[in-house]
Order: sequence, then structure tokens, then C-alpha cells
Amino acid sequence: MTAQEVLFWVFAVSTVGSAGGVIAARSPINSAMSLVATFFFLAGIYVLLWAHTIAVLQVLVYAGAIMVLFLFVIMLLSLTEAGLKGPRLSLSRIVGGAAAAGLLAVLVASIRQLPGDQPMAMMGPAQASTFGSLHELGKLLYGTYLLPFEAVSLLLLVAIVGAVVVAKPKI
Amino acid sequence: MVPAPNYLILAAILFCMGMFGVLVRRNALVVFMCIELMLNAANLTFLAFARMRGDLHGHVSAFFIIAVAAAEAAIGLAIVIAVFRSRGTVDIGDIRTLKH
Repeated sequence: MTAQEVLFWVFAVSTVGSAGGVIAARSPINSAMSLVATFFFLAGIYVLLWAHTIAVLQVLVYAGAIMVLFLFVIMLLSLTEAGLKGPRLSLSRIVGGAAAAGLLAVLVASIRQLPGDQPMAMMGPAQASTFGSLHELGKLLYGTYLLPFEAVSLLLLVAIVGAVVVAKPKI
Repeated sequence: MVPAPNYLILAAILFCMGMFGVLVRRNALVVFMCIELMLNAANLTFLAFARMRGDLHGHVSAFFIIAVAAAEAAIGLAIVIAVFRSRGTVDIGDIRTLKH
């Protein structure tokens, strides 16, 4: 096993484990902490995919900004631990588990049908050194994707105004 | 070199776990966190295919997903706060005004 494979399996198992923690944790605070861990492990996986810029954004935006927002709301609502109401194996859990397992089976089956063993793209040293860098990503964002980029800035503005309006007690 | 299907299957597992959480959990905040998990699974798929094909357009899609997720979290949490103010609960089983 190469170092890359070892890292992949370490990150993959930790990601799935902490994602399970998000679902299984009783108090929302524990869910949020597991989610932060999931984001960090996923950032590691992104680095393995040569997506350095997106990995940094993942940590800054997701594990930083969005999770702080979540924690603020959890503390603002001062939720009591509701605990698990009703039977452990309720109908909704069985149905939800079956639906998730069915979807997973379909997805895995279709991924298996990808032709042959998909090799990663071979890149020359020049391309490999710039792949996923902020420079290359910025050239795409401000070139081909300029209009969507500006639309996203508008969307964020609308989200800010909307959040203020919705959360205000009296308008 | 880790083959690409490994990344895709990891993303599929993550997405299904998020979906299971959305279907099963009753706390609106945890449901939101599970939605974030599903968005991250989509991101991982984009990045895996971008690495597989050796072009950067998948990275741009992941970038946009992160931005949209930030907007979604802001609006969604504002709605959760508004519901908590008027109902005193964030249990999605107790919010059934529209259900008749």
C-alpha cells in the first residue's frame, strides 16, 4: 500500500464514522461537533484529489463559518436534550433505513458499471503543478464562469437580507 | 494510486447517510446538518470526476455548491429561529400547521 492509499482509507473511515456520529448523537451540540470532524476529514480527501483550493475553502467556509452559525443557533435556542422518544425501531426508522440502503445499492451498482478500472488522468509535470491551484481556478471563475459567479454574489446578498428579515421578531 | 470508484462509493455512502438522517431525525437542526452532509457528498463526486478527467470545471461546481450551501444555511437557520419563536419547538414532528 502506498502512502496515498493509507491516507485515503484513514480519511474515508474517519469520514464515515464521524458522519455516523452526526446522525446518532442525541444532543445537537454533539452532532455539530461530529459534523466539524467530518468536514475536516473530507478536506483531507479533497487534498488527495489534488483539490487544494477547495479543501481550504471547505475548512474556512464549512468548518469555520457555517458551523459557527449552527453553534450560535443551537446556543440561542437552548434546546433541552429531547432524548429518543418512542421505540428504538419505529416504522419511520425502518422505512428510512430501507430507502437509504436501497439508494446506496443502486448507486454502488451503477458505479460498478463504469467501464473498466477508471484510471486517474495522467498529467505532465507542468499541468500537475498547477492543477487545482487558486490561480487556475480563478482564471476559470473570472473567465468562463463570470456570470454564475456574479449570480452567486447576488444570491449571497439576498440570503443575508432574507435571513435578517425572517429572523426578526417584528418587521 | 487510489482508483476513482473508491471516491465515488465513499460519496455514495456519505449521501445515503445524510438521506437516512434527514428521514429519521426529528430535530430540525440535525436535519439541516444531514443536508450539509449530502451537499458534501455531491462536492466529493464533482472533485473525483474532475481529478479523473483532469479538468478544473468540477472544482468550479464544488465552489458554487459551497456558496449555495452557505446561503442555504443562513436562510434555513433563520427559519428555524422564527419557527422556534412562534412554536417553542424545533421538532419537525410537532410542526404540522400545513397538514390537514
